[in-house]
Amino acid sequence: MFPTPVQKAAPWVRHAYTIILPIALTLWLLPLIGVAITSVRPSADLAAGNYFGMPSRFAGIENYTAVFRDSPIGWYILNSFKVTIPTVIGAVGLACLSGFALAVYKFRANLLIFFLFVAGNFIPFQILMVPVRDMTLRAGLYDSISGLVLFHIAFQTGFCTLFMRNFITSLPFALIESARVEGVSEWRIFRYIVLPLMRPAIAALSVLVFTFIWNDYFWATVLVQGQHAMPVTAGLYSLNGQWIAAWHLVSAGSIVAAMPPVLMFFLMQKHFIAGLTLGATKG
Amino acid sequence: MSSTVPAASGFWKRNQQRLAPWLFLAPGIIMFSIYVIIPIFQSIWISFYDWDGLGPKTWIGAANYVELLDDEAFYTSLKNNILWLVLYLLAVPAGLAVALFLNQTVAGIRLYKSLFFFPFVISQVVVGLIFTWFYAPDFGLLSALIKTLTGQNIAILADERYVTLGIIAAGLWPQIAYCMILYLTGLNNINPEQVEAARMDGARGWSLLWHIILPQLGPATFIAIVVTVIGALRSFDLVSIMTDGGPYGSSRVLSFYMYEQALSEYGYRMGYGAAIAVVLFMIMMVFITLFIVRMLMRERHA
Repeated sequence: MFPTPVQKAAPWVRHAYTIILPIALTLWLLPLIGVAITSVRPSADLAAGNYFGMPSRFAGIENYTAVFRDSPIGWYILNSFKVTIPTVIGAVGLACLSGFALAVYKFRANLLIFFLFVAGNFIPFQILMVPVRDMTLRAGLYDSISGLVLFHIAFQTGFCTLFMRNFITSLPFALIESARVEGVSEWRIFRYIVLPLMRPAIAALSVLVFTFIWNDYFWATVLVQGQHAMPVTAGLYSLNGQWIAAWHLVSAGSIVAAMPPVLMFFLMQKHFIAGLTLGATKG
Repeated sequence: MSSTVPAASGFWKRNQQRLAPWLFLAPGIIMFSIYVIIPIFQSIWISFYDWDGLGPKTWIGAANYVELLDDEAFYTSLKNNILWLVLYLLAVPAGLAVALFLNQTVAGIRLYKSLFFFPFVISQVVVGLIFTWFYAPDFGLLSALIKTLTGQNIAILADERYVTLGIIAAGLWPQIAYCMILYLTGLNNINPEQVEAARMDGARGWSLLWHIILPQLGPATFIAIVVTVIGALRSFDLVSIMTDGGPYGSSRVLSFYMYEQALSEYGYRMGYGAAIAVVLFMIMMVFITLFIVRMLMRERHA
């Protein structure tokens, strides 16, 4: 193990480490802690210039209620779910199919198609912006949830395929071979042999894609205009314009908007980190 | 009629291995082509037109690109993109440092690791708002700190000299967290026997890190650099949230300038915007190609 475990180090090093750890964390999360405290600060504190001291009283309930009551943030959150969930299902589903194809079959265009997916996943969004917006407009999907979902599914397919393909190549190929010898059809091999083994990959990918899509801001501004389809990222930004200097509300809104991916991360931590690094160790 | 069915299934049986991959790939390829591959070419095509997005397109050849050569805002954006690229790469060594710091087995370390990773999970919109508040003149925590240290009141996001640096610092926060997690996983996979053997030979500290550990972290370093470079060139959210390109366009980057030209109140210049996007795409392609070449080499080895 590197660096040397502190247990083996001198006692003072061990003690220093246990003291520095929480201090480092506090400094690291200071901006976030500030926002969390501000979100429970009464507005009178801000008016009185008490930005960083202890809140004069706990005003969390009224701030958070105000955010939900006086702004459409609840609606934005609902929109975010409506965009995110179908995208996760669609992109992961498509990637299971295409990842299987690229991992299991040898054919001439295999690597070419694989690299097309990989490269497409890294391009700047701006090169797609004008045509995708134009196409969405002409299809009558501009300013709608489905317009956003379709784009996200298509774009995420690149990353998801890379991920799934790498995962499936690490599975024991003998399993598939022996099924073929038995005369099992290709579809049944996929459905009954490979798909059950893919469960951890599906979980990891779902959490990741959920976070990516939930946090998307660019496409939400390009493909959506009105409140009715706006996800919480773009919604929060527009609210920020209305809540000038109402930092307690901005903070509460930010916390609310950040909550779902954060909960997802903490509930599925193992999968999340496996997901982020699976592509990495293989790439 | 009845005889065609077994014939067809006979054909299917014989060619299953050859056809199956294409059937599995079809939905993914179709979606990806419609929304990603074809639009790239359409954008390149549009960049040769003068087009407001609604009316007829007028072919103007390379005029958009010629105009870019004389466009001061374009150079500001390009310069800022380079600054982003260079400073953003600090996330890689910083991420390694944090990972080394946290790579211990003390009580509660798992919680520490996940809390350190936190900034990456939050939307850039929220990160942008948090840092805007952090930087706010008069009362922002960082401004207050600078004032105590230097006696000067600096409005970071309203000052042309500091604005891009301020936004990059906000971007580094989640990016360091990302690199950290890549390195933590890398450190987990390090061969302990090699480390022990090196220790026996008297290697320690820096030399152990440099000669034994870092080579084994190669894949993690590579992916950290790739995602950081791409992230730097893609930077849009933070610029849009924190300054909207201001003050006086001094914090623009290519991705933001493109958006501004094509879709904002400054006018709907789709062709000009597309030209900017093409330039950004070309820069990005250099890095994407390097990435693909390296992947190809690894595939050949495997």
